[in-house]
Amino acid sequence: MSLKRLLSLAAALALTLGLTACRAGRPNHAAKPSGGRSDSVILLGSTSMEAIMGALAEQFGQEHQGVTISVEGGGSGAGVEAAANGTAHIGLASRELREEERSKGITGTTLALDGIAIIVNADNPVSNLTMEQIAAIYTGQISNWSQVGGAQLAIAAVGREAGSGTREGFESITGTGNACVLSQAPTSNGAVIQSVRSNPHAIGYVSLSTAEGQKGIKILAVEGVLPSEDTIQAGAYPIQRPFLLITRQGMDLTPQAQAFLDWATSAAAASLIRSQGAVPLAR
Amino acid sequence: MDHEFVRGAGKKLPHQTIHAVGRQAASIGQTVRPKRLLRESLEHTMSTVFFLCGFLAVACVLFISIYLILSGLPAIWEIGVRDFLFGDTWDGQGRKFGILPFLLTSVAGTGGAVLIGVPVGVLTAIFLSKMANPRTVTVLRAAVSLLAGIPSVVYGLVGMVVLVPAIQRLFSLPSGANLLSAVVVLAIMILPSIINVSETALRAVPKEYEEASLALGATYTETVFRVSLPAARSGVATAIVLGVGRAIGEAMAIIMVSGNVPNLPASPFTPVQFLTTAIASEMNYAAFGSLWRQALFSIGLVLFLFIVMINVILNTFIKHKRER
Repeated sequence: MSLKRLLSLAAALALTLGLTACRAGRPNHAAKPSGGRSDSVILLGSTSMEAIMGALAEQFGQEHQGVTISVEGGGSGAGVEAAANGTAHIGLASRELREEERSKGITGTTLALDGIAIIVNADNPVSNLTMEQIAAIYTGQISNWSQVGGAQLAIAAVGREAGSGTREGFESITGTGNACVLSQAPTSNGAVIQSVRSNPHAIGYVSLSTAEGQKGIKILAVEGVLPSEDTIQAGAYPIQRPFLLITRQGMDLTPQAQAFLDWATSAAAASLIRSQGAVPLAR
Repeated sequence: MDHEFVRGAGKKLPHQTIHAVGRQAASIGQTVRPKRLLRESLEHTMSTVFFLCGFLAVACVLFISIYLILSGLPAIWEIGVRDFLFGDTWDGQGRKFGILPFLLTSVAGTGGAVLIGVPVGVLTAIFLSKMANPRTVTVLRAAVSLLAGIPSVVYGLVGMVVLVPAIQRLFSLPSGANLLSAVVVLAIMILPSIINVSETALRAVPKEYEEASLALGATYTETVFRVSLPAARSGVATAIVLGVGRAIGEAMAIIMVSGNVPNLPASPFTPVQFLTTAIASEMNYAAFGSLWRQALFSIGLVLFLFIVMINVILNTFIKHKRER
């Protein structure tokens, strides 16, 4: 009886240790992308880029039989990480790379530009804000719509959760990093739009592509410029960010991944990117 | 928590009885030896299989505990226990790791939910077990089970679209996503477990107690509150423990209604972030190996210890009461 007990205990211990060892060993077998077939390409990262990459992947898959491209979310940070440690062929980030990230030996290719739209409830009479006003609203210096030509209503500043690419893009462009006083920080563009739609006090920022065509909200002009493809490409609309494809420096991509990268950044893919609401760099 | 009652009833008895019977059979006829051997080895194999299955659960708990401690401790060590637990600013990217806002929010949110959920739940249980007619009971109980089966993300979605604007309008606030909304959602979510467990406890109160009370001239309501409820109090306390456990561990439903901003819970109308929602909303973004990610695991460790602590305290409290 006691021998049996001892044996089972040993088995349980071995199991536990084995699992712990798995944890320690993970980085080693993460060196290769986890795609089952050699002709599949894995894209991973920014959720803001998922719609565009999905459309590109579908089109590319139709033109190149036998190549499957999978697009996974996870956020810009996860995209950078996946490109650096090789769990994805191409990482996706909707912001410029940080210095500490570049030092991991990765490089970004700009696929497109994305405007960050400032949105308010459709009932809000305000239609234009300056960059200073936006910054002041988000840092709490302006707290009532009447101060910017609106109704006598307290302002509810809706942002995004810490770490979000959209938030980082917005805060770095408006210079409000670490100073934002938010009433809400929903975890997706859709949730921000929903909040603003149901709240006449609210102001929010979302990817232009997710805001276009939405009912119940109004996209504001910034410094008198409405976000659109022309104003973003010309650099006239001030709140915009790059969509990056991240690859590892000095390491060759698989032929399929390289072909996808070349195609996506060429003029051939421009119209598709445009149809998804972002502004392609290649003409 | 339910398992403990079940486990107590199981004991060792059946196993030993089978062995004893086997031995008796062996002494009666020596000729059945091969059959007996086969049977005994099968018996052995099966008991080992059962044992291993049982141990799988233990191994999982062990693994999760060890993993959480190993990945949670380094950051606490690096940040400093006091700065980590009592620092009032959290900014993962800005390397400020004070989780006091999350801790207080989790305490306030759970406390608020219990404050609303327990009276409503216990009174519902009294109604179900002592006052309602059978047809009402059937309908009400079906509704309660349905409430228990609703996924937490649905609670969150409905909360975001219906409750948040309602609270905003009701209190004329700029934004309705705040601690109060989260408390309301949590209170509704813990109702089913409180109702079910309290009802079972109330039904188990011997009829003689109540009959004696009624015979002494007490009204029915007096009997319920003075006799039945005190007699069922250990069951009701278990219900509260279950409710607390559910409320403190919930993330998905409240991430959508609480505002998700790491503020100290200064008032019911402050947008807040819980221990759970802090992990859920930032884990996606924190880079592997960064102190930020490690600190999120540390929050997980704190949450884990928190729940263990609450369970231990409440359980000893209940046991103490029961023994008296």
